[in-house]
Amino acid sequence: MAHTFKGGVHPVYSKEHTSASPILEPRPPKEVVLPMKQHLGAELTPLVKPGDYVLMGQKVADSDAFISAPVHASVSGYVRAVEPRLHPAGGYVQSVIIENDYKDAGFKGPPRREDEVDNLSPDDIVQIARESGLVGMGGAAFPTHAKLRTALDKGVSTLIVNGAECEPYITSDHRAMIEYPRQIAEGIKLIMKCLCIGSAYIAIENNKPDAIETMKSVTAKTGIFVVPLSTKYPQGGEKQLIRAIADIEVPPGKLPMDVGCAVFNVDTCASLYRAVVLRRNLVKRVITVSGPVVRDHANILARIGTPISYLFEMCGGFTRRPVKFVMGGPMMGVALATTDAPVIKGTSSLLAFGEERAKHTPMACIRCGRCVRACPMRLMPLYINQSYGRSDFDECERLNVSDCIECGCCAYVCPSRIPLVQVMKSSKYSIAAKKKKAAKH
Amino acid sequence: MDKYQVNYSPHIKTDESTPVIMSTVLLALAPPLVWGCFVFGWRALAVTVLTVAVCVASEALFNLALRRPQTVGDLSAVVTGVLLAFNLPATVPLWIPVAGGVFAIIIVKMLFGGLGKNFMNPALAARVFLFSWPRHMNNWVKPFADLPVLRSMSQSEIDALAEATPLRELSSGDFDYSNLINLFTGNVGGCIGEISTVLLIIGGLFLIARKIITWHTPLSFIATVALFSALFPGDNPPLQYMLAQIMSGGLMLGAFFMATDYSTSPILGRGKLIFGVGCGLITVLIRFLGGYPEGVSYSILIMNAFVFIIDRKIRPRRYGTGGAAHV
Repeated sequence: MAHTFKGGVHPVYSKEHTSASPILEPRPPKEVVLPMKQHLGAELTPLVKPGDYVLMGQKVADSDAFISAPVHASVSGYVRAVEPRLHPAGGYVQSVIIENDYKDAGFKGPPRREDEVDNLSPDDIVQIARESGLVGMGGAAFPTHAKLRTALDKGVSTLIVNGAECEPYITSDHRAMIEYPRQIAEGIKLIMKCLCIGSAYIAIENNKPDAIETMKSVTAKTGIFVVPLSTKYPQGGEKQLIRAIADIEVPPGKLPMDVGCAVFNVDTCASLYRAVVLRRNLVKRVITVSGPVVRDHANILARIGTPISYLFEMCGGFTRRPVKFVMGGPMMGVALATTDAPVIKGTSSLLAFGEERAKHTPMACIRCGRCVRACPMRLMPLYINQSYGRSDFDECERLNVSDCIECGCCAYVCPSRIPLVQVMKSSKYSIAAKKKKAAKH
Repeated sequence: MDKYQVNYSPHIKTDESTPVIMSTVLLALAPPLVWGCFVFGWRALAVTVLTVAVCVASEALFNLALRRPQTVGDLSAVVTGVLLAFNLPATVPLWIPVAGGVFAIIIVKMLFGGLGKNFMNPALAARVFLFSWPRHMNNWVKPFADLPVLRSMSQSEIDALAEATPLRELSSGDFDYSNLINLFTGNVGGCIGEISTVLLIIGGLFLIARKIITWHTPLSFIATVALFSALFPGDNPPLQYMLAQIMSGGLMLGAFFMATDYSTSPILGRGKLIFGVGCGLITVLIRFLGGYPEGVSYSILIMNAFVFIIDRKIRPRRYGTGGAAHV
């Protein structure tokens, strides 16, 4: 039996549109917009001003904060402006706008030789990860150097590499494992070297047999083990992965590292390889462009800062009028108010939905219990919803709403279409606000 | 600039909506309904259609009168109507389904806040309400008796077609065990929808297979009744007595379709087991010791009152704590 966790759901995966589509690199846009907020953590400060000429891969923004990662120019050309621009997560965020001169002029340092790589200390690797602007490529975009540093400090015994890719539609990690498995394997070895551990587990859902075989063939006799997992959402959730692979439940309020586990996305490993060995900063990423109304579904290697509308144009536009755009997967992704915003480091996919998928009118809870059976964190969403409805946030807290990972399983299965994720987020927010108020008095 | 929908994740949802669930339940109830109409004639269909119509109309008018959003589209009133009709003898005068339907929907369901908020099973509560007219509720006619479709029958007409129900015979010790097969197929007297054990089991298993209900409540309910029947058979052969007990009265209908009602049963499997065992215990207590031969309706209604406390006490183990947490 394949490794897995309890609860979860089986949405329609819809990966067949792009699972066999090779990663394409279309012509970059004439202008890129690099927001100063692309990761979890502090907003960056621009290092360039309008009129400056920047090389591709040159650092254009940075911050002193620990939880942050610098941003690099994804094209070469003149800085047109440094001003607030539309951000995919909503609102306006200070951004560096670069006009592409289509020269891709940049630092072309020679790759690090094997002996040079061997001589790197763990601290060197952490430093390179930071300077290259690496963040988790799975979607949450947590700065990689911060995770490595914390793992080094806390000590980690189990390294899990996340290739589960359990969100419907997204195939960017799948294609990465097929097209550059060696980069992923070398990146994993770098993390193993950095954290001084001898083994690692690559977790892949068993709906990607070709990826499992490919990764197995490039990791034979390296201490890296490929573990097939049941195909079930949210198998790629950190806590669910750790449960499936290490048979450990991360206690409430604790991090994976508190139980000796660190989880890195497969594409993050490949980015680390490119940063350390090829001396390439993070300026491109693979994005699955799909959804029910997209004409040509594709996996695209896009420059960070490419306008979202530009990528949809590259995919032939739409078969029907789109009414909803989602960045990330359909289960946890963010609905976009506009396609004029750029893609950022955490953009794993862009989806366009037509009318029928997006319309859901909430009805009364019928107490069917599907949300309880689906919850991978063993919560009782219907009772949290009930308590939230009468503003009883103490009861929400007693029902452990803080454990909610916002995976969306409850809301997905709810036959009454109750927006349970919204309820969870709002009650967490209300609890935090209440505590803040109590602390003041 | 185009306006796009901006709302919370998840952006996809299952196709299984409340009306779909209710339709599936209705599908599972179709075979026993057809059988009931076959055995008791067009009269059974007339009673069922009338009950459903009254239930749906009650809910619609209630919503209209209070200017609330219309909810009849969720089809739950249709299910209540069919289940209430299943609990009525085909011989009832036609005002009985009307009174029962209004009571089930208005008093038991809507006044408590509508679907999902009522704490008692509407169809069962209405049935017990209708026991206020025992003369009409306890007439049992032979299978395939020729009943008038719409005209109310006089008591002497009914008496001419009547026969004792298997439960009454079991209670008095007059049951002929060669009739077990008739209990299984449903070739016996009784309420419209409760007579055919095999069709009710098929409907129940269909709902379990479609994941509309879980096995916990039906299995624990029926097993409890079976166990106590086999343990305390009196002068009867234990196995046959046990089979007769579980196949007669409303046990199959109650265990698969009434005790599994979402609104009025516990959420977690462990809670459902407690609920089912409780229903089974109360059923055998009433059947063996009570003055009335059937106890399924009362047992479920009594256990309905315990759902709140069961759900309060039976909670899932918190993730990362207790047994499976290795830290």
